[in-house]
Amino acid sequence: MSELLHVSSAPHVRAKISTNRVMLCVIIAMLPTMAFGIYNFGFRALLLVAVTVLSCVISETVYNLIAKKKNTIGDLSAVVTGMILALNMPVTLPLWEAVIGGIFAIIVVKMLFGGLGQNFMNPALAARCFLLIAFAEDMSNFKTETANFAGTIYSGATPLAELESTKGILAPWNQYQLEDLFIGTTPGTIGETSVLCLLIGALILVLTKTISLRIPLSYLGSFAVFMFVFGANSITSGAAIDTVFTSVLAQLMAGGIMFGAFFMATDYATSPITRKGQILFGICCGVLTGIFRCFGGSPEGVSYAIILSNLFVPLIEKITIPRAFGIPKKSLKKKEAA
Amino acid sequence: MLSCESYDFAQNYFGKWGTKMGLKTFIGGVHPFEGKELAKDAPIKEVLPKGELVYPLSQHIGNPAIPVVGVGDTVLKGQKIAEADGFVSAPIHASVSGTVKAIEPRRVATGDMVNAIIIENDGLYNEVSYEEVEDVTTLTREVIINKVKEAGVVGMGGAGFPTYVKLSPKEPEKIEYIIANGAECEPYLTTDYRRMLEDSERLIAGIKIILQLFDNAKALIGIENNKPEAIAKLKELTKNEPRIEVVELKTKYPQGGERQLIYACTGRAINSKMLPADAGCIVDNIETILAVYDAVKSGKPVMKRVACISGDAVVQPSNFLYSIGTSYAQLVDEAGGFKANPQKIISGGPMMGFPVFTLDIPTTKINSDLICFLKDEVAEYEPINCMNCGRCVDVCPENLVPNRLARFAAKGLKEEFEKWHGLECIECGSCSYVCPSRRYVAQSIKTMKKQVLAEKRKQNS
Repeated sequence: MSELLHVSSAPHVRAKISTNRVMLCVIIAMLPTMAFGIYNFGFRALLLVAVTVLSCVISETVYNLIAKKKNTIGDLSAVVTGMILALNMPVTLPLWEAVIGGIFAIIVVKMLFGGLGQNFMNPALAARCFLLIAFAEDMSNFKTETANFAGTIYSGATPLAELESTKGILAPWNQYQLEDLFIGTTPGTIGETSVLCLLIGALILVLTKTISLRIPLSYLGSFAVFMFVFGANSITSGAAIDTVFTSVLAQLMAGGIMFGAFFMATDYATSPITRKGQILFGICCGVLTGIFRCFGGSPEGVSYAIILSNLFVPLIEKITIPRAFGIPKKSLKKKEAA
Repeated sequence: MLSCESYDFAQNYFGKWGTKMGLKTFIGGVHPFEGKELAKDAPIKEVLPKGELVYPLSQHIGNPAIPVVGVGDTVLKGQKIAEADGFVSAPIHASVSGTVKAIEPRRVATGDMVNAIIIENDGLYNEVSYEEVEDVTTLTREVIINKVKEAGVVGMGGAGFPTYVKLSPKEPEKIEYIIANGAECEPYLTTDYRRMLEDSERLIAGIKIILQLFDNAKALIGIENNKPEAIAKLKELTKNEPRIEVVELKTKYPQGGERQLIYACTGRAINSKMLPADAGCIVDNIETILAVYDAVKSGKPVMKRVACISGDAVVQPSNFLYSIGTSYAQLVDEAGGFKANPQKIISGGPMMGFPVFTLDIPTTKINSDLICFLKDEVAEYEPINCMNCGRCVDVCPENLVPNRLARFAAKGLKEEFEKWHGLECIECGSCSYVCPSRRYVAQSIKTMKKQVLAEKRKQNS
């Protein structure tokens, strides 16, 4: 043997999975939603997504160049951030604002904190909130100018805004009914409207084991319970039980909650890593979304709920350290007492 | 409070609720490429040692053995050449006849220099006479344990814990299960499989001898279901043995980890501060049980064992029965040498084995298998940022949070490391294996664990 042998600590084999493959799964899972967004809002939606993704990828490259670091765009996380951010925008948003959103997400929220996995807030959501505050009017303008592929021009309020104005009642004279919400032929941000496509994406994420259902289910579940009890049209308000159910269902399907629960609250870096912690985090998101939607000034609440919950993550992890295998419950209590 | 584990958790429980849906297993774990096809069907072949044989004095946990021969002495095969030093230690026997050439430090598989007795093989194999026992059932407890002790039997799966100590727990009547570890969950390795197929009768006889020591115990032979031939053969042989049962286990790494195996077979969970005996169990490796049989029945000390020489770099992947002390270089030659220059050679399995940088090292009681890879997979990947995906948490068989522990290790946070149960790590390497960012998770935890344990020892002494 002429050549030197390699020596390293065990294990000496690695699974085939890699970071960019994980990210690719997320991208694929978002494709149905994106495709529907293009159908529902026209080609400008595609343009907006492309511009935002490019803005994210270029920001990351430039940052790495300036910081003299290896370029990290190969892990595809910047593409994911760009896509999520774009799908959170109304189709009419000026392109330069989208570019600023991408720069903010990558440079300020992600790279300055150390890049992939080191940020404490979901970059896309933080950027969305930034845009919501900075360009409030443009970000909440859901009236489209041109007809979409079905020939519709949206000129009215989003289903969620409509729900708010009717005090949470999904009345038969409401413009959008449950089936519209499910299919997604409603105004809104590019990616939030179609519950069906989001569920297909969620299925892809679950089947590829990219996410577990702990966060989405506890999020949606706790939100539903919250609305059931505290919603404008809840059992405590004396409404008929089937009205309550429809309005809770409408709340679940309108606005960004489906997109948020499956694609944004499950962001690895900004959600707890402990299993119990993930459930707590989901509940935290659900309750905050409920509070914001019921008592807040704006009909939306998902973005703020998730980024606020992101801030609780270190605390949630601290109280949910898992008990190692074979450690009996009793000895833990004793230790705490001592 | 809330409880939600990985998918295996549910499977484990459905299995236990008597639906026979799931095979017995533990929670977590990974499915590495098995690679057992390479050497699986190669029958065990005996190899006669050439040249000098090297016997490191540390082939077990505990104090190194003390040489009882001097340079120039003539020794017989089977003669004791070093005796145990203290309670947790084991004697060492010559596996050939010849002359003691030197007693000097030699390189061993873990990379350390260890004092070793070097014997020049005279090729005559003059053997000492052994005391064969006709009917082992007539032997008393003390006699059996003493025979095991004198024969230098240690845990031959790699731990090297003296077997006689394991067989003499404080309260033998509380031992309910003797578990034979035939899981062989490490990829590529096929020695236990070949042993279970070819030496099944002796294996059962060995288990019966151990059962003789524990009146209340039942023996379980845990075998992963990727070895159906072994399961079928042992089931056939034990069908009239009420005290022996073959347990079919799910093929999943680290099924053969002691704590995982106990859990899979009995549903009992132990932690790092407990011994298997605390859960009423004694776990022994297949090779160890065969050594116990030889020691008690034939009075023979540990002189031989089986090794698997495999991997994609080896011309003829094989299973060899060889004399302990033979150099790895000879075993590789016997397997036809290398197809091309290997990049990495591992003593043991690819998940937990030690890489070696030379083949000029002796085989011992505790490490045998050699896996040779043409390519070093690990070196091809560069670690990138952890994205907190939690795959390490999903696979950890000890229910730890490996990426947090690795972070505490990097920052030297010992208290946090202990608080997150870092000392419970069994070093199986599943977390590193599964990491999409190819980070050295297990490696960091292992290093930190050693530091914390060393500090504790210092404080105690």
